[in-house]
Amino acid sequence: MEIALAVLIGMFFTVSIYLLLSRAIIRMLLGIAILGNGVNLLIFTAGRLTKEIPPIIPMGQDGLIEPFANPLPQALILTAIVIGFALFTFLLVLGYRAYQELDADDTDTMRLAEPERAPRPPLSY
Amino acid sequence: MAADKTNIVESSELPVAMIDVATSFADWLIILPTVIALMGAALLIMLRFNKAIQAGLAILIVVGIIILEVRLFLNVMEFGTQSMTMGKWLPPFGISFTVDVISIGFALAGAIVTLAVLIYAQADISSREVKYGFHSLVLLLLAGVTGAFMTGDLFNLYVWFEVMLIASFGLIIMGGRKIQLDGAIKYGFLNFLATTFFLISLGLIYGLFGTLNMADISQVSAQAPIGPLTAIGALLLLAFGMKGAAFPVNAWLPASYHTPHPAVSALFGGLLTKVGAYALLRSLLLIMPSARDFLDPVITFLAIATLILAPLGALAQTNLRRAIGFLLIGGVGSVLVGLGVPTIRGVAGASIYIFHSMLTISALYLMAGLIERIMGTQDTRKMGGLYSASSWLSILFLVLVFAVAGLPPFLGFWPKLLLIEASLSQGDVWLVVALVLNSLLTTIAGTRLWAHIFWRSGPVGENSEQENKKLKPLTLREKYLCVTPTTILVLFIVFFGLKPAMIFDAGRMAAYGLLDNSEYIEVTGLADPTKEKVE
Repeated sequence: MEIALAVLIGMFFTVSIYLLLSRAIIRMLLGIAILGNGVNLLIFTAGRLTKEIPPIIPMGQDGLIEPFANPLPQALILTAIVIGFALFTFLLVLGYRAYQELDADDTDTMRLAEPERAPRPPLSY
Repeated sequence: MAADKTNIVESSELPVAMIDVATSFADWLIILPTVIALMGAALLIMLRFNKAIQAGLAILIVVGIIILEVRLFLNVMEFGTQSMTMGKWLPPFGISFTVDVISIGFALAGAIVTLAVLIYAQADISSREVKYGFHSLVLLLLAGVTGAFMTGDLFNLYVWFEVMLIASFGLIIMGGRKIQLDGAIKYGFLNFLATTFFLISLGLIYGLFGTLNMADISQVSAQAPIGPLTAIGALLLLAFGMKGAAFPVNAWLPASYHTPHPAVSALFGGLLTKVGAYALLRSLLLIMPSARDFLDPVITFLAIATLILAPLGALAQTNLRRAIGFLLIGGVGSVLVGLGVPTIRGVAGASIYIFHSMLTISALYLMAGLIERIMGTQDTRKMGGLYSASSWLSILFLVLVFAVAGLPPFLGFWPKLLLIEASLSQGDVWLVVALVLNSLLTTIAGTRLWAHIFWRSGPVGENSEQENKKLKPLTLREKYLCVTPTTILVLFIVFFGLKPAMIFDAGRMAAYGLLDNSEYIEVTGLADPTKEKVE
């Protein structure tokens, strides 16, 4: 099961890196979204996989009985999903605003902050 | 193992994984600066339509935080590293805040910079931006930075990084000019990517160690297999290097830091990259030193490349704030030198350098804001003649240039001296060459800026000996609100440069804390008792 998930994570990473290398903002956004999901799967797998044993304390017991699924990676992933979602939303709006204002989805034409033909520094002093 | 934790849970009948004593005031002090900043940010959002009290309240909150942090700093200097754990669970299950000298020193410097920026910003931002929550975003950023410096848990560090990131997103686009959108795209994507790399390494750390508490990992990382450990270390180096704008992954910084308001630039330059540099020191020196040893040649190479290429970038710039951005990147190279020579001197040098860089770079950006205000442009080719208009500003700028280049007697000299001594003692001659070359190139770049802005009488081609008529003199309000905080930051730099004893003490303690993990582990209550008995 771990191996299957590891291959899946590898595929997620490959796709997202390919998309992130693109010049188009919208593709980079898709890459970021897929990368986030890949990372979540990675944390999930790194926390060791256990099948169908929820970490719930049975009736009348004081604590969990081994074996049980590790609840911590799930908590980590939940946090990462929420945070990643918030930041992704911001980037989505930012990309759209940039498309409206700068009329550019291609990062190559987005050169306001770093002019393409930057002036040479003065030779004095 | 479990029974040994009773020294923390005194006379407890609960399971020993729980804390049942009330948190003492000394422990509250550890978390209060972060909590107050967060609550303050929330309060200011609720009061966002009441524009008149926003600034006063924000400044009051930051002053309160500074007072608490001074108290905490004195506590840490006197009694050593302190730790508290939240939510009744003992570490490594509960999240610890562990404060040593390096944490509280940087947090204090960050709060001071924030205060200076808040005062400066009163003349810099419009009332519309106040309504959009400028002050609460600044406090949120401070909360993220303070939390990142103080936390003792790696996942918690990730959360603080994201708090910082979302606040900085809000600040960098405040104003909504086209150039800001352009800068924000580059800043946003690359920084989000850096924190995602950090998250990947967190997943791997959890897989390898089964814990995310820094003290807990530090205890066992030496026994971990070197292969996975080095992979994690390299990933952390990439993630934090990207956050701190080290050499091959620094492109986002000069692309974005000159786009927002100067006050926001100063805040970012003083706080954000420093958190990346701090996280590098914390993770590779305290948590997994064996990964650092394996990566040593890489770190040395990155340090040399960053040190030499960054001031060359500054030399080639005609945009004032972009040039300062490159000077900022050069400073990250000095921190990498400290990481490359992990002796007491080297690490103390890197820690003091971060402290120095927080104050100096912020002051430089504030200064750049003042210069742009008077000149009406960011382009150094169109500047000139400021010396006769304001000699005070020209003195401040020259002091800052010397400080950032590491010339005595200012604060920047001492960490560079320590770093050079450490590199010599380790036989890393190339690091010494790079450090000296960096100082030389930074001096050239900085004094060229000074000559162009202040010394010559006008823009290129202007040969008249008369005063530059196009300058817009500062109003009285601007003088009070903008020049005063800049001057105070510069005075700090001069003062600590002339009286470096206290800084040296703190730096040495910080280095001991990072290189010897026993105290850090002990205060979190995770120390292995069998080991203590041997000692």
